[in-house]
Amino acid sequence: MSFDASYNEKELNAVGTRPVRPDGVDKVTGRARYGADYNMPGQLVARVLRSPHAHARILRIDTSQAEALKGVKAVVTAADLPDLTDGDASLFAILDNCMARTKALYDGHAVAAVAAIDVHVARKALKLIEVDYEVLPHVVDVDLAMAPDAPVLDETIITKGVTPAPDAPSNVFAHSEFGHGDVAAGFAKADEIVERTFKTEQTHQGYIEPHACVASCNSDGSAEMWVCTQGPFVYRQVCADLLGLEVSKLKVTSSEIGGGFGGKTHVWAEPVALALSRKAGRPVKLVMSRNEVFRASGPTSATSIDVKIGATKDGTITAAEATLRYTSGPYPDTWAETGAMTAFACYDLENVKTVGIEVLVNRPKVAAYRAPSAPMAAFAVESAIDSLAHKIGIDAVDFRIKNAAREGTRSSYGPVYGPIGIGPTLEAAKAHAHMSAPLGKNQGRGMACGFWFNFGGQTCTDLNISADGTVTLSVGTVDVGGSRASLSMIAAEELGIAYEDVKAGVADTASLGYNDMTDGSRGTFSSSMATISAARNAIAVMKQRAALMWDIPVEDIEWKDGQAHAVGASHDNLAPLSVKDIAAKAGNTGGPIAGHSELVADGAGVSFGTHICDVEVDPETGATRVIRYTVIQDAGKAVHPAYVEGQYQGGAAQGIGWALNEEYIYGEDGRLQNAGFLDYRIPVCSDLPMIDTQILEIPNPNHPYGVRGVGETSIVPPLAAVANAVSDAVGVRMTHVPISPPRILAALKAQR
Amino acid sequence: MTTIAVSTTINGDDVEYLCHADESLLDVLRNRLGLMGSKEGCGTGDCGACSTMLDGRIVCSCLVLGAEAEGREIETIEGMAHGHDLHPLQTKFLEHAALQCGICTPGFLMAAKALLDVNPDPTEEEIRFWLAGNLCRCTGYDKIVRAVQDAAAEMRGDAA
Ligand code: FES
Ligand code: FES
Repeated sequence: MSFDASYNEKELNAVGTRPVRPDGVDKVTGRARYGADYNMPGQLVARVLRSPHAHARILRIDTSQAEALKGVKAVVTAADLPDLTDGDASLFAILDNCMARTKALYDGHAVAAVAAIDVHVARKALKLIEVDYEVLPHVVDVDLAMAPDAPVLDETIITKGVTPAPDAPSNVFAHSEFGHGDVAAGFAKADEIVERTFKTEQTHQGYIEPHACVASCNSDGSAEMWVCTQGPFVYRQVCADLLGLEVSKLKVTSSEIGGGFGGKTHVWAEPVALALSRKAGRPVKLVMSRNEVFRASGPTSATSIDVKIGATKDGTITAAEATLRYTSGPYPDTWAETGAMTAFACYDLENVKTVGIEVLVNRPKVAAYRAPSAPMAAFAVESAIDSLAHKIGIDAVDFRIKNAAREGTRSSYGPVYGPIGIGPTLEAAKAHAHMSAPLGKNQGRGMACGFWFNFGGQTCTDLNISADGTVTLSVGTVDVGGSRASLSMIAAEELGIAYEDVKAGVADTASLGYNDMTDGSRGTFSSSMATISAARNAIAVMKQRAALMWDIPVEDIEWKDGQAHAVGASHDNLAPLSVKDIAAKAGNTGGPIAGHSELVADGAGVSFGTHICDVEVDPETGATRVIRYTVIQDAGKAVHPAYVEGQYQGGAAQGIGWALNEEYIYGEDGRLQNAGFLDYRIPVCSDLPMIDTQILEIPNPNHPYGVRGVGETSIVPPLAAVANAVSDAVGVRMTHVPISPPRILAALKAQR
Repeated sequence: MTTIAVSTTINGDDVEYLCHADESLLDVLRNRLGLMGSKEGCGTGDCGACSTMLDGRIVCSCLVLGAEAEGREIETIEGMAHGHDLHPLQTKFLEHAALQCGICTPGFLMAAKALLDVNPDPTEEEIRFWLAGNLCRCTGYDKIVRAVQDAAAEMRGDAA
């Protein structure tokens, strides 16, 4: 059935309220089952052996002693995961990252794994595996990795995107370029120019739940996996590809997910668990330790970024340029390209150019982290914008308002914007009481803007109406922060029934068609679209059933307020039929009533936010406290405002951690020195103030209710907002994130 | 490996189990007794997801040995509600949307309950410092703190 997704302004009843989520009671009573909370009969315990070296050739692995140990049921190495990737470089990178083949490429890279009857035996077995390494020179720093004398990780890499092509291999995988106009001509017109280099360190998503799965391969070629993931369908596809399984014979069930933030969109341990189960002939449970999570899963890129922005005295930006160098870990990827696309997306620029440079280093393979690549670019650009505003002597908010992108602006990465929220969030910031509140001694204020694309993608949903008229909704996007509540609300809204009469659940891969990941802030956006479409399809069925019950033409039936109404003078005496009335008779009118929807959710609607931050810096110690924080962001339409606020607050807190504390620290030996929550310090409750939020609603024209994705943009501005605040407090421009006490003290010392 | 026999009280019930000498209370609760409401976020005492009451004190159960529970009283998240009656903290966490993914929630609820047991009227700062041993990566803590404040007010009988 065709589905019109365009925005239609109307009064909404369920949408915009704050009901309790359907999975709530389970989560406050400890009953909700996460990745590690599931067991299968006869299950074995898996442990992974990891490289202690940042870069080493694997000369020999001898697993014979481990295999001989009583209680060990399987040992696997790369030999048990043969290369079936058929020239697909990105799939090969996933395979090689799951289990090193010829070289260990970072501290923590998996080289072998065991499955045993219990954890004691498994641990003992790991110690019995002998690996001979030839240790190679390594490089972890983004700039050093680009130096001509840097050790090259992959001799087959010749930089793409530069002409002429270089004749020697390097760690630079590719260049990408975006922009329009003539930046040289633009800079020639500028009265003032700011040009600076910024650096950001590598951070981790820091989800509290470590990766966990239970895998079970059967002798008939079928397999099952229980796993904490943001995308069971994608995990199924990737695991099936890597192990040579038939996709439909692998059933993946997503557990409740204890945080993901992009980090649970990539497979790590799951193919290994399946390979162990296949070899042992028994189910295998694999749970990563926190140390393994840090060393071998997920981090962001570390970056080094040059920015140059010029403006005339009246505050008009005449040209903007940036070169963005992003680490991708030891495999080629496109993180710098994404950063280059987002860097200047907030502004309406005549002349703009960005270059993204992808750099390989001996660190874990980079994974998505909430608006991946955008926070670092925003840190550099928004810091430079702030400096330029000061240089010209114009208020930093006014400067941004004057140059903000608007409807019709050609974005720096190509597309022309529809209705967007950057201007309104800036105006709201200007008017916000926070902006004019007095500051005390050693305190400073900063603000910054951020942008994220938002994704849509492949989505499907099943809506089933039970005999009592209540509704079950099966969705294929994992619920990472309350989407079962928001999707139940949407179904209730569309059908015209009570929220309490709808129960949304997340389906496994055997029960529903393919769905893309919950990523790109697409969960509520795209599944709500599929839910609306499914509900409309169900209404069409219910109208037909009502027509049968009344024995009148279906054209005479109208759906209003959750009921079928017979329209026309000849039907005056027919009382409306509710969902319950129609459902009760379903057995006699054609059987169960359902609405299905399969679609590609287009037009996710770009998202913008503006943050304001106050800090207090102790000049003796360099310690910084955030004392006030405000998030203003466009949600399109906030379906469940409390969860929208939660997304704003959570992203801001993660960004504050990134700005002030969080970083991967490597030793000279290339080993990670802070692989735990004690030394990799994420913000705790006493580090933060309340985080104020203001939700703006500029309807997305491509969604029936105007919804935009809201999950990611909130992590984009904080790095710059905090940096601008600290720079304001101490009177020195901070250019290296995290702005830890030693960096602040060093900056203060350099200034004296 | 030989095991140790332990007799203890969990959520008011007598419980006996065997455990290894090096086995944490958290592992005993989760793997031997099926009480999986306590979560492991780190296993090193840094995240608070495993927060449990031991003789009326909040502890990280990942840092307590199963054998140490002998003769003592343990309370876990599974014992917080009475049948279908949720504790006010549980209700307020739901009302305030103080959980997103929820993995930290059992630990926060146990820690917050321990706070309100000793201090029924905590300031925002007292709440923030008491809960500083519990990590939440999703919420930014704002709604958690508000939920605790609101639950405390309700338990004191203050008009909302
Ligand atoms: S699991 Fe015990 S403190 Fe983290
Ligand atoms: S709600 Fe996810 S860690 Fe707290």
